[in-house]
Amino acid sequence: MAFVAIADRDHEHALHDPETFIRKYIWSQDHKVIAIQYALVAIGIGLVALVMSVLMRLQLGFPDTFSLIAPQDYYQYITMHGMIMVIYLLTALFLGGFGNYLIPLMCGSRDMVFPYMNMLSFWFYLLAVLVLVAGLFVPGGPTGAGWTLYPPQAIAPGTPGHGWGIICMLASLAIFVVAFTMGGLNYVTTILQARCKGMTLMRMPLSVWGIFMATVLGLLAFPALFVSCVMMTLDHSLGTSFFMPAVVQMGEQTVHSGGSPLLFQHLFWFFGHPEVYIVALPAFGIVSDLLSVHARRNIFGYRMMVWAILAIGCLSFVVWAHHMYVSGMNPYFGFFFATTTLIIAVPTAIKVYNWILTLYKGDIHLTVPMLFAIGFIFTFINGGLTGLFLGNVTVDVPLSGTYFVVAHFHMVMGVSPILVVFGAIYHWYPKITGRLLDDRLGRIHFWCTFIGTYAIYLPMHYLGILGVPRRYYSYSDAIDFIGQNVHIANEWITISAVFVAATQMIFLFNLAWSIRNGRDAGPNPWRAASLEWQTPDTPPKHGNWGKDLPVTYRWAYDYNVPGAPEDFVAQNVPPGDPRAGNAPAGRDHGVHH
Amino acid sequence: MSLTVAYFALATGIVVWLLLVRKLSAKSWEAQPASAIEAEAPRWPAQRIGLWVFLAVITSLFGLFVSAYYMRLSGHHGTGPAQDWMALSEPPVLWLNTVLLIAASVAMQAARKAVRTSVERGFTALLLGGLLTLAFLGGQFYAWGQVRESEFFSPVNPAVAFFYLLTAVHGLHLLGGLYVWGRTLARMRREDVETIDLLQSINLSVELCGVYWHFLLLVWLGLFTVMLST
Repeated sequence: MAFVAIADRDHEHALHDPETFIRKYIWSQDHKVIAIQYALVAIGIGLVALVMSVLMRLQLGFPDTFSLIAPQDYYQYITMHGMIMVIYLLTALFLGGFGNYLIPLMCGSRDMVFPYMNMLSFWFYLLAVLVLVAGLFVPGGPTGAGWTLYPPQAIAPGTPGHGWGIICMLASLAIFVVAFTMGGLNYVTTILQARCKGMTLMRMPLSVWGIFMATVLGLLAFPALFVSCVMMTLDHSLGTSFFMPAVVQMGEQTVHSGGSPLLFQHLFWFFGHPEVYIVALPAFGIVSDLLSVHARRNIFGYRMMVWAILAIGCLSFVVWAHHMYVSGMNPYFGFFFATTTLIIAVPTAIKVYNWILTLYKGDIHLTVPMLFAIGFIFTFINGGLTGLFLGNVTVDVPLSGTYFVVAHFHMVMGVSPILVVFGAIYHWYPKITGRLLDDRLGRIHFWCTFIGTYAIYLPMHYLGILGVPRRYYSYSDAIDFIGQNVHIANEWITISAVFVAATQMIFLFNLAWSIRNGRDAGPNPWRAASLEWQTPDTPPKHGNWGKDLPVTYRWAYDYNVPGAPEDFVAQNVPPGDPRAGNAPAGRDHGVHH
Repeated sequence: MSLTVAYFALATGIVVWLLLVRKLSAKSWEAQPASAIEAEAPRWPAQRIGLWVFLAVITSLFGLFVSAYYMRLSGHHGTGPAQDWMALSEPPVLWLNTVLLIAASVAMQAARKAVRTSVERGFTALLLGGLLTLAFLGGQFYAWGQVRESEFFSPVNPAVAFFYLLTAVHGLHLLGGLYVWGRTLARMRREDVETIDLLQSINLSVELCGVYWHFLLLVWLGLFTVMLST
């Protein structure tokens, strides 16, 4: 039986061409609209988490000046901040937002293969966010168990939000997993099945590769989160003892007995570590494309980049217990996981070298997206190097409870990917709206964010080495070794954090203002070669490609081609075409001639 | 947990090897013959790929449940089996249920074969497969009641908790399958069933129902074995 991609069939395509406002922008099945819906909700909930972090920083920096939050609020905000940033902002934005927007456009398809399921995915995501937000308003407030939700304290009295708060959190996560699975099936199947003619796997832009592998990781790892959520809900509500050991509370034995808190940690981190790469791999892919386009240079070592993505993806499933060195597990386990952790640095380092070699002798245009991409390389190297420290058991044990860990993961998992998010938004905004974001505001936004985040996180490494414990609401005089210098550092960090948070308002203003007032971008302002810039309309209309699907003749990195009139050759330019210059479908991979 | 890791290692190993050897060695920066575009092999339909990807997700889900089962069973830090684990004597009706689910799977396979020649015969077999599945679910529900009555019943007993949890998750997956089953039956009853497009899509749906049912049968056999052996 010969099968055709659903999206290729003209009559089916015509069937769901939306007409009414509601079908077009609310209950939309168009991947571009869904992408924007995802992105807006993610950014919205991310702002809530940002405000929480500012409140926490004000408390830490100026405990005597501000009394905005009580100790239990601090724990609740820290939990919500972590969970929102990692899952509801970064995961949703990279995969639901950029994944949805870029996959069909970069692969040359009309839409996702299951548009209806794609729509459901967004609405389930929105429901997950609403349930999460509902946790803020239930009696007792949201859970304050820390974003890792470790039992027994997550559901034991004494922890803020141990009643309804934790239930909202667990329910919300379970709904998120369902939403992600529906989206993820779409992304993977679309990439495998609905690529246009000539778009072989090894011609896909690295953005698609990163998103693809991240989705595979998500599909296999999120079930672990789902399993732990279900089992913890049962422990909480029905009195089972999967995770809950025998506990004496207020002098009385609880109903639980024999459960294993360590089992939860294994399940949680079996999801939690791949989650790091679910966020990182799309960032890796996108940053590769940004560097290549804005340095007018083919990506260095494309094939190695793809293999590195695959290797990182596979290895990320066998390193989870490096989050558990201090859990009391068998030390031989620690040795195994330290080894795998250090091995994963190899493909990661390959990627870093390849980015730098892409820039080497490139025709670097310091556009705003490029600034963010280069900022990412710096930050990722910094964050990655402290990861090598923490990957070793003997170094991790004393540092694990300190601000060193906070500094490490914010650098590598917070700031690095968010810099890519910004770069990517500056890069693709012209495709989404037809207008460029304001350049001057963009530069201000970049420099304030970049320098500001270093002002926040570099001192935190220092605090960590001093042994300042994390998770503390305040460092009262009772803790002797917390010297005056720590308090001054904390004030400095808080001022920087407020500054960086305020800077983001410039970005939001730019986003809103440029929709109407930005400079007209034209179809391809960055002179990029990948398919999404070759659509007949900008922004692309429903169905993306007009009457005929594109055909791909080359990879996405033909920049600086000798003899080509525009210095690049788009992926859909056939060999022999005058636009192809001296590059008859691919060329020798020289740099400058 | 080690079971899950082994599964992942094997699955990703196979996938990566297949991909690497066949496709990922292409040097996409070099000139390729124009004929290469025409020579691309036709791809599987999206629904089939989607289902197989989904099966990988479910494998991960049940693999993790079973890993949790064994880890909970083994107690803390290798100090021997968990003290509070009171092994369940599985209700005998589960054997009957197993037979019902095997029969459902066989019926689905028959439907897959029959529908190629006649929608009518395919309909009958498919209907039978679904009804047998409903009977299976009824039987599971009956088993729940029996465990509820048994002397072992207590939510604190992890053997009981896992029994309910695993059967419920498996049953929910079957219910999801029954939703597609119902939609497929409805399409087979449509007036314009003889059009090529619809026939093709019905063929595909029945095929995929079969694959899904076989898979869930395997899952059930796995879960049943795990529960019987402990």
